[in-house]
Amino acid sequence: MSAKEMALNTPMLNELESGEWPSFVTDLKAYSKKRPVITQLLNQLEESYQNRWNYWQGKIINAPGYGGGIIARVSDKADKYPGLANFHTVRVIEPPGWVYSTDALRNLADISEKNGAGILQFHGMTGDVLLLGFDDAGSLQCAEDLMNAGWDIGGSGAALRTLQCCVGQARCEMACYDTMKVTKHLTDTFIHYLHRPEFVYKFKFKLSGCSNDCSNSIVRSDMPIIGTWRGAMQVNQAKVAEFIDEKGMDYLVNNVLTRCPTRCLSVRGKELVVDHSDCVRCMHCINVMHKALKPGKDRGATILIGGHRTLKIGDTMGSVLVPFIKLETDEDLNNLTDFIEKVWEFWNDNGMDHERVGEFIYRIGMMTFLKGLDIEPDARMICRPRTTSYIKFEELGPSKFDGERQQNPPVWNRESEARETM
Amino acid sequence: MSQTTLAPRDQGAPDYNKMLHPLMAKNYGKWDYHERLRPGVLVHVGESGDKLYTVRAGSPRTMSADTVRKVCAIADKYCEGFLRFTSRSNIEFLVGKKENLDPLIHAVEKELGWPLGGTGPSVSNILHTQGWLHCNLPGSDAAGSVKALMDDLIDDFKNEAFPNRVHISSSCCQINCASHGDISIIVQHHHAPRINHSNMQICELPKVVAICPAAAIRPASINGKETVEVIEEKCMYCGACHGQCPSMEIRDSQTDTLSIWVGGKMSNARSAPTFMKLAVWGIPNNPPRWPEVSVAVKTILKAYKEGGKPWERLGEWIERIGWQRFFEKTGFPFTRYHIDDSPEALSTLNRSAMVRL
Repeated sequence: MSAKEMALNTPMLNELESGEWPSFVTDLKAYSKKRPVITQLLNQLEESYQNRWNYWQGKIINAPGYGGGIIARVSDKADKYPGLANFHTVRVIEPPGWVYSTDALRNLADISEKNGAGILQFHGMTGDVLLLGFDDAGSLQCAEDLMNAGWDIGGSGAALRTLQCCVGQARCEMACYDTMKVTKHLTDTFIHYLHRPEFVYKFKFKLSGCSNDCSNSIVRSDMPIIGTWRGAMQVNQAKVAEFIDEKGMDYLVNNVLTRCPTRCLSVRGKELVVDHSDCVRCMHCINVMHKALKPGKDRGATILIGGHRTLKIGDTMGSVLVPFIKLETDEDLNNLTDFIEKVWEFWNDNGMDHERVGEFIYRIGMMTFLKGLDIEPDARMICRPRTTSYIKFEELGPSKFDGERQQNPPVWNRESEARETM
Repeated sequence: MSQTTLAPRDQGAPDYNKMLHPLMAKNYGKWDYHERLRPGVLVHVGESGDKLYTVRAGSPRTMSADTVRKVCAIADKYCEGFLRFTSRSNIEFLVGKKENLDPLIHAVEKELGWPLGGTGPSVSNILHTQGWLHCNLPGSDAAGSVKALMDDLIDDFKNEAFPNRVHISSSCCQINCASHGDISIIVQHHHAPRINHSNMQICELPKVVAICPAAAIRPASINGKETVEVIEEKCMYCGACHGQCPSMEIRDSQTDTLSIWVGGKMSNARSAPTFMKLAVWGIPNNPPRWPEVSVAVKTILKAYKEGGKPWERLGEWIERIGWQRFFEKTGFPFTRYHIDDSPEALSTLNRSAMVRL
């Protein structure tokens, strides 16, 4: 049966057309009149609903010179739905902060429709634009058309994934660094890692302008970069007084002072007293009183490491690696990219296949990770020092005669060796 | 066959400067404060005094090219041709002229049929994965289950009536691409992978063995063919091997269920970020509208709305009242499966004599 003759048969999907939330089923059904292959897509999806079963398999297809950017999908039911025999996704690098001109959006719609099924998704879970429904030739032509229009693709496989950031300074008073600029800088600098899988496994950056972390970086990225500041936050006492007049002292006490995680806020008359040295930049008081309070003026970011979701060792939360870094000048950005390359080199030299950097740190220990990267330990990296007493103190172990430390000296040798070098 | 001029051209990220609303470009880095005018409508005020209005609406995430064009036509008419999307798949129309606000809202609600909301202490759009529409691993759908659940939570999206914002995510396998949320829905498998021994040769067997976090997979030879076997007692049904090799089928249309997790938080506000925790398990995978999921989610939301203090996120509310009372208030049974047995398990036990009696 040709695609044009096939009729929609979607009784279960039709139940997703009622209700107030916009229905992708209604949208795609209407669009199937223009793109008959979508009838096949919906009919196959209906079979998934009926049988609670999935009919897509993966395969590998790449644009010339690329090792990522096209997620190939082939249908198990290609005999019945020939249009789905090859029905791939193209991953497009999104504009940082997900800002669009309508020209750009229309361009994506046109390219998507010209070469494939004309289905777009804003956005994938790694931040990219997804264009769905291309056969092999269509995928390549789509990639070509995207290139010619100034877009780029990438970010699949054991590669750097599409970066993602919050709206940042483009429309937020709380952003402590220019998230869009840094996202573009990192994407452009490391674009070859987005195009070709060269790592032991995937690596994700997410960038947030403050610790409200709107890009969900801390558990969804291998290297969260979160805006912060040094020194005192900015307090406008006149606006504090206005806040109290408007909301009342009760509100200030119950919803701001007592919610401060480090109890660094108190009130004197209508003046807010802040013990800045105890502030951990959690953002709560600024969120509530954002006209009166602002981040401090000496701004930058905290770099964390190792967030990822559960596979394989369970969730890992990003933890502090660099407490503060400036991200303003070109030199600052070069320092950042140098640092990232150092982390990648150590991880890729020593990580196992399919081992995210958080899993790698879990296996070798943060102590070893820091030593491998030649990073000085910092008390801000931890919640509390260790409680187990089994420690290999390198400084206290016995030395060899030539001054070089012996690897794992046997116990019976230790005392005499130590004595000889003392 | 198309003529490819040979990539890669290493073009990188699009130039966002061309994508900024003129008021964003003008006030870049110089915003002063913002206010929520009503659910779904924000105004950001620059140090210059400029006002940029944002109209946030729930988007279905998956759109036809025609729908994208419809969105563009509206943005051209009222938004100087600029808009953006949020990290929770909402769409944000950016409005420079206040007189365009009401006609824009009318167009979004009536022409597009997309609801305004998702701002402040509301239930925002649900983050979701690809599901049966286009993934190779799913045990359930995503776009459809989210559509059904958001229909049921539409008033919670359109109003700002919770102690704080509620982020929900929905994932169709245990990889959980949609990640943590205040409430997270994931598929749960209930048996070890079923191996198609005659098709294992398409996979790299050492990688299949190595990927198992429980060391439950070992090489084997069956009928003279190289394959693997799974030690049932060690397997924890995570499906890592299924991602590596499609011949290790982890899914089951009859036995897969859904579970709901609560208390995930990425923001650092007030308390440190937290992972999601198991609330209720064994929910049927019931297309096309997954009504049992809606009931459970609404139960959690109702208890949170009644019990949470202003600004408390769902997980912070539970931490304050204690998990015992969370299970009392929701009526979900507390079972032995709620007690962690992962490497992090000991830190999740109540290691004190502080007990509510």
